[in-house]
Amino acid sequence: MAGLTVARTRAARTAGARTARSPHRRRQMYAAWGFAAPFGVLFAVFLAGPVIGSLMMSLTDMRSADLRNPFAVNFVGLANFGKLAGDQIFGQAALNTAYFVGVGVPLTMVVALAAAVALDRGIDRFRMAFRVGYYLPVVTSIVAISVIWRFLLQPDNGLVNTVLSWVGVAGPDWLASTTWAMPSLIVMACWRNFGNLMVIFLAGLQAVPRGLLEAAAVDGATAIERFRYVTVPMLRPTLLFGAVITGIGYLQFFEEPLVMTGGGPLNRTLSVSYDIYNQFGFGNYGYAAAMSYVLFLAIVLLTLFQFKLLGRGVR
Amino acid sequence: MRRWWLYVILAAGIVAVVGPFVWMILGSFKSQGELLRTPPTWLPSQPTLDNYVQLFTKLDFPQYFANSVIVALCVTAGNLAFCSMLGYALAKLDFPGRRALFVLVVGSLMVPGMVTFVPSFVLVSNLGMSDTLAGMILPFLAGPFGVFLMRQFISGLPDELIDAARVDGAGEFRIFWSVIAPLCKPAMATLGILTFLGSWNNFLWPLVIAQTEDRYTLPVALALYATGQNNTKYGLLMAGSVVVVLPVLAIFVALQRFFVQGIALTGLK
Repeated sequence: MAGLTVARTRAARTAGARTARSPHRRRQMYAAWGFAAPFGVLFAVFLAGPVIGSLMMSLTDMRSADLRNPFAVNFVGLANFGKLAGDQIFGQAALNTAYFVGVGVPLTMVVALAAAVALDRGIDRFRMAFRVGYYLPVVTSIVAISVIWRFLLQPDNGLVNTVLSWVGVAGPDWLASTTWAMPSLIVMACWRNFGNLMVIFLAGLQAVPRGLLEAAAVDGATAIERFRYVTVPMLRPTLLFGAVITGIGYLQFFEEPLVMTGGGPLNRTLSVSYDIYNQFGFGNYGYAAAMSYVLFLAIVLLTLFQFKLLGRGVR
Repeated sequence: MRRWWLYVILAAGIVAVVGPFVWMILGSFKSQGELLRTPPTWLPSQPTLDNYVQLFTKLDFPQYFANSVIVALCVTAGNLAFCSMLGYALAKLDFPGRRALFVLVVGSLMVPGMVTFVPSFVLVSNLGMSDTLAGMILPFLAGPFGVFLMRQFISGLPDELIDAARVDGAGEFRIFWSVIAPLCKPAMATLGILTFLGSWNNFLWPLVIAQTEDRYTLPVALALYATGQNNTKYGLLMAGSVVVVLPVLAIFVALQRFFVQGIALTGLK
């Protein structure tokens, strides 16, 4: 009986609150629309619209000549995608991009994790200086970095080969070599990006409970065992996030080859994004749009794959 | 110094990361002859300002610099205004579709730039804005990242402040302007710096929009110069790189705590 009264009062109170709040809620709703409007318009015109537009374009034979007359383009269905499957240059670009991501992401992750662990372990002095220093390339224009690295990698008087000659190694002409051009760009990308991941990993490391590490140490775990069985599992969400954002970024790899190699030698550093840019330059808009959707799909798949791979035990 | 070897590794890393920057700055003061010397020199033997003089007199770097500044400032202002407005609505206002809108914003973070690239170009040229600074600015005036960052920050502000303002009879726009916006300064500083640098370093979009030379931004000018027929004028390329990079490095070193804050705010802890 008493329970029923309480329930009824509570129901009455909620109902009362709801009616009393109603005009107030409506006012909030209008305000929210007002706040969302400028972003919404820009979002619709320059993001959502183009995403849909790109999908539509990919099903047409649109060329740059049709720019002022969108009604002149023909619907070609999936013909662009069929053409892509047999396009050798695109195949090479896809292979190059896979190489870049497949080697570049693990390399960058390992370097960033090593730097983060080193900074996290008892280095209090200079921690800020190291963090700032390692982060410098992240905020620097990729174009300027590419220009500088082109000098560093010069065969005769580049800094890299000069340093190698001190230890008796004759370095190759990095960017002109079909073997070494891509590894050069991968090392450069790692150099540029690991600082960003390092800061993220540092934040993750600092959230690992010290007590857990101490308990493992008391139980006789070595430093490597503690890292392997305590730190890495605790860090898993952070590692997953790092792998996803690095993978997404590396799949879109573009400026480095544009400025440093022009996609050469023999298309060995031509990336998918670069190929899209080239097709756009040739005026093949429909074909370029189809390529961009293949890239989009690859990004979604990579993200899902990485969630599956690293996501075990995250939740 | 129990862990001296950690210092050695970290210091070697710093040399590898900062070294190229130092080498770039030193190289910009060298003559063409010295830059071609084998083995390369570290310090300039006869420091010269010639590269910079040429950059600013023979090439139109002041114009490129001004273009970069205008574009970056407009993009930053737009992002600060529009993203914080929507961020407030998503964090504190009650309206139908709020969750869906948030999911849409976060989801769009995954869309690669190349997907929107071709249609955006078609759109901007049909609007008659190719080869204008407006055409460079407009597509970047508001982005999902900014909304996400501002929403995360504003969610952490106490509801009581807003309720108190409502009891006092303030409307939502008044609350946003007089209560929320002043409290958002740290987040706005973070977003402002990240957006400014992002725009300053942006390359592909300005490259396709700019068709005449006086619309070039700094990275566009540098890239075209570096890949064009003049790519053997090493001193000029070095000096050009310094002009692109140095303002950014200065901003970053002075305000670097905001970058870490940005990472913290977007929930990566």
